Amino acid sequence: METQTELKSTRLRHVHEALGAKMVPFAGFLMPVQYSGVNDEHLAVRNGVGLFDVSHMGEFLVRGDGALDLIQRVTSNDASKLTVGKVQYSCLPNTTGGIVDDLLVYRMQHADDHHYLLVVNAGNIRKDWDWINDHNSFDARLEDISDRMGLLAVQGPKATATLQGLFTVDLAAMAYYTAQYAEMKGVGLVLISATGYTGAGGYEVYVPNDLLEKAWNAIMAAGAPHGIKPCGLAARDTLRLEMGFCLYGNDIDDSTSPLEAGLGWITKFTKEFTNSAALKAQKEAGVKRKLVGFELLDRGIPRHGHSVVDASGAVIGTVTSGTHSPSLQKPIGLAYVPAALAAPGSELLIDVRGKVLRARVVGLPFYKAPA
Amino acid sequence: MNFPADLKYTKDHEWIRLEGGEAVVGITEFAQSELGDIVFVDIGTEGQEVDQHAVFGTVEAVKTVSDLFMPLKGTVLAVNPALADDPASVNKDPYGAGWMVRIKPADPSQVAGLMSADEYRAHVGH
Repeated sequence: METQTELKSTRLRHVHEALGAKMVPFAGFLMPVQYSGVNDEHLAVRNGVGLFDVSHMGEFLVRGDGALDLIQRVTSNDASKLTVGKVQYSCLPNTTGGIVDDLLVYRMQHADDHHYLLVVNAGNIRKDWDWINDHNSFDARLEDISDRMGLLAVQGPKATATLQGLFTVDLAAMAYYTAQYAEMKGVGLVLISATGYTGAGGYEVYVPNDLLEKAWNAIMAAGAPHGIKPCGLAARDTLRLEMGFCLYGNDIDDSTSPLEAGLGWITKFTKEFTNSAALKAQKEAGVKRKLVGFELLDRGIPRHGHSVVDASGAVIGTVTSGTHSPSLQKPIGLAYVPAALAAPGSELLIDVRGKVLRARVVGLPFYKAPA
Repeated sequence: MNFPADLKYTKDHEWIRLEGGEAVVGITEFAQSELGDIVFVDIGTEGQEVDQHAVFGTVEAVKTVSDLFMPLKGTVLAVNPALADDPASVNKDPYGAGWMVRIKPADPSQVAGLMSADEYRAHVGH
């Protein structure tokens, strides 16, 4: 018998629909993919401020004396470096050389001081939950709070101006990749985090679901003088791709090594973790393929799944993400290529639906904010 | 949504306007709205005869790519030259500045199999 999985939605579904959003299924959720249009929303974030509902993301609390030991065991980055209020990008390696998920690790302010928040991809909530629990020989207390926690991303150069009036804490003084609990005026207690997935600066605000609509409305009102726009998943994707940020399921997955994916900087061999010996050996031997950024030199748009080919047409790599960059107005993408072709300036050939187009490897990020 | 009554439509969301012995083809307002911001229109069939329902080009939006299908068998006489510099005109003016190709239909009787504006509106549910 066939079973159909019912789509979840965030608490803001009716708000998105009233704003005219186009809603699509994504990672088991019905999510807004765009409102006014991907280019318009993208440029609002680059030049002003945009608001994203990313409440589909998963959140796990890890507490107790064994919390740090568990996190150190399952993640690749060194969580012992986290002081209270600090955030770290990390990944969960699997035992076969790939990645279970990428995630953020927060060390939280709390009386017992063994209190972490893990923020994971919506499509991997179940997989991550099982994976982490299976490795919990440390008696850490795990709690999945995904179903009661909302998340709003306020991104762009005018994000601080938008949010400051809603908080008494000095937002401009918050360092990148730090977070704190704070009272949001007219809403309640939230966790505000100086993080994001756009490269445009700004904040992510964790809001209990019961307060989520109040928070959305307060941010939209506070951002109105700054031209705030609601933004969907399409703009989130073009923004992250211009920065060269990996998207799980596209650029990284169960079969890609963090070292191949350019995530060596979050793979710390100062401790033991899942598959660390094999990854260390891979690092010492050198990876055979690397994830690189490229620009198409011919007209066309590269897409996930297109092949990188050599002059004879043989497949030598794979495009993992591609789009037309709204900021740069040119076709860009990420691809796994042989290590010998990974240096910026290397010429590539991409098979775009039967047409072989010329491309050139470029350094990341594609987009650099004006100074 | 606007579906002009003087055009004929396909289930694949192309429109066709008959002008004497020739015809102009584009995509509908519904199609451009579903695609989102269009960034590249690739039509390599100029001068060729293309069968009815066969692919005559592709349209690339930021998020996705879609094939373009011939409403009628015919020869592609011209591709809209303005689309190279302004593909977004397909979003802004799908029935005007955003036209795709001018064709010479091989068998004008095929028009009878296309949808009217009302039939197309019912087809897309708008």
